[in-house]
Amino acid sequence: MFSAPPFWQNGPAPGSFYDFPNMQPQVQPNDFRQHTQSPVTTSTSLVAVTYDKGIIIAGDLLASYGSLARYRNCPRIVKVNNNIILGSSGDYADFQYVQNFIEQKVISDECLDDGITLKPKSLYCWLTRILYNRRSKMDPLWNNFIVAGIQDGEPFLGTVDKQGTAYSDKIICTGYGAHIATPMLRDALDNKPQLTQAEARAQVERCMEVLYYRDARSFPKYQLGIIDADQGVSIEGPLQVAQNWSVAHSIKGY
Amino acid sequence: MFRNQYDSDVTVWSPQGRLHQVEYAMEAVNLGSATVGLKSNSHAVIIALKRASSELSAYQKKIINIDDHIGITISGLTADARILSRYMRTECLNYKYSHDTYMPMNRLITTLGNKMQVCTQRYDRRPYGVGLLVAGFDDKGSHIYQTCPSANFYDCKAMSIGSRSQSARTYLEKHLDQLLNSSLEELIKHGLRALRDTLPPEIDLSTKNVSIGFVGKERQFKILEEEEIAPYLGLIEGEERRGQGADKAPGPLREDQGEAPRDPQAATATEAADRMDTD
Repeated sequence: MFSAPPFWQNGPAPGSFYDFPNMQPQVQPNDFRQHTQSPVTTSTSLVAVTYDKGIIIAGDLLASYGSLARYRNCPRIVKVNNNIILGSSGDYADFQYVQNFIEQKVISDECLDDGITLKPKSLYCWLTRILYNRRSKMDPLWNNFIVAGIQDGEPFLGTVDKQGTAYSDKIICTGYGAHIATPMLRDALDNKPQLTQAEARAQVERCMEVLYYRDARSFPKYQLGIIDADQGVSIEGPLQVAQNWSVAHSIKGY
Repeated sequence: MFRNQYDSDVTVWSPQGRLHQVEYAMEAVNLGSATVGLKSNSHAVIIALKRASSELSAYQKKIINIDDHIGITISGLTADARILSRYMRTECLNYKYSHDTYMPMNRLITTLGNKMQVCTQRYDRRPYGVGLLVAGFDDKGSHIYQTCPSANFYDCKAMSIGSRSQSARTYLEKHLDQLLNSSLEELIKHGLRALRDTLPPEIDLSTKNVSIGFVGKERQFKILEEEEIAPYLGLIEGEERRGQGADKAPGPLREDQGEAPRDPQAATATEAADRMDTD
């Protein structure tokens, strides 16, 4: 015989609401994007010093994955044009991204063929704007850039960090070198304010050696960029750090 | 009312290969009062003749400051000139913000030319009815550029545009070889004489109707008005005026001389062929 189903089948308990499946409100946004909060493939210190007619800048060829020495031939001192050298420490991919931009800028300048080339101070200012803009989007380019160049016959050395903080000085070191190499170079410049190219080179080589001993993310193979008011741009390398571990056995306690 | 079958739109070609609307816009430049631009190795100078629209109004400003190193003088529709000058100021400012140096002149003029060109190729636009003389100093030295409503621009040694400006050009052509090594003062004197040649005999230059702008190496663009001009006017005072009365060159120097509205048919037919650059 036919019988009607119970009157309140599958309904909510008296006093409560219907509970349909899959009807919970979606509180999580689905269009979010996490910004860079740490670098991935990193390169370590750069060392740069001004001498009487130019600037010398050095940096090793290592790109690390955290503490893993992952890539061992990553040049990060590049010629931009005949009066600018650019160096970068920090995230290597971000450096390549910015480098592409700058290369395109230089090509555009050449295409216009009006004899106007990018100046060191212009690039320095431009990088500052780019990096500050990115940090303001909470998505910084994770680099410390060093711009070395000759403008109006005078050496110009400037740096920009990932927040867009920028300054120019006669000595600039980034990364671990900012702690280890800067004081060494300051000492050298206190003793002799105007170095010659050979003296500056000797100082930079000394810094690279000390940094190789002290910095756990460093590498003995490095590049040396020289920009000179008379001789123009040259980038040497790969060079080898002159290592001497003969006293290592006497160091204890680490 | 059409003067021509092919001038209803900027984008319509005539069978002769001309854009009549663009050529008409070129005529707007000749309605403005005359202005002169000239340069030496060290300086660029622009000098303009100001007009007052009525006895009760002030003299219309003719020289506009763009940046520390660039100034312009205008002839044609003032309102259009203000749009263009605002654009040039913005470009200079942006360049200075991102590159920490003054914008190179040729780059500014090129971007301006690109902006103006768009208006000559779209049916929903009209060309800017103003000509500019741009004076500036940059890494490449001093420059005088002329821009036209046709979006052409020229790098000039010296130039004059505006009403009756042919007389000024004649003067400048005659003295061209002296300009390059002139001092600033000599340059201004040449400019004033050139401008004076455009005036009808009953009018003369005064501190009221002249303004002078100049820029040079390590010298920011400066506009002289009113009493600052008096010393320079004094330098050319009493000199015999050329290009007037008996001394006047035979025949019209330019079809569009004079202030009265002209028959554009004649003007375009005789003049436009060499004025519209087809290269």
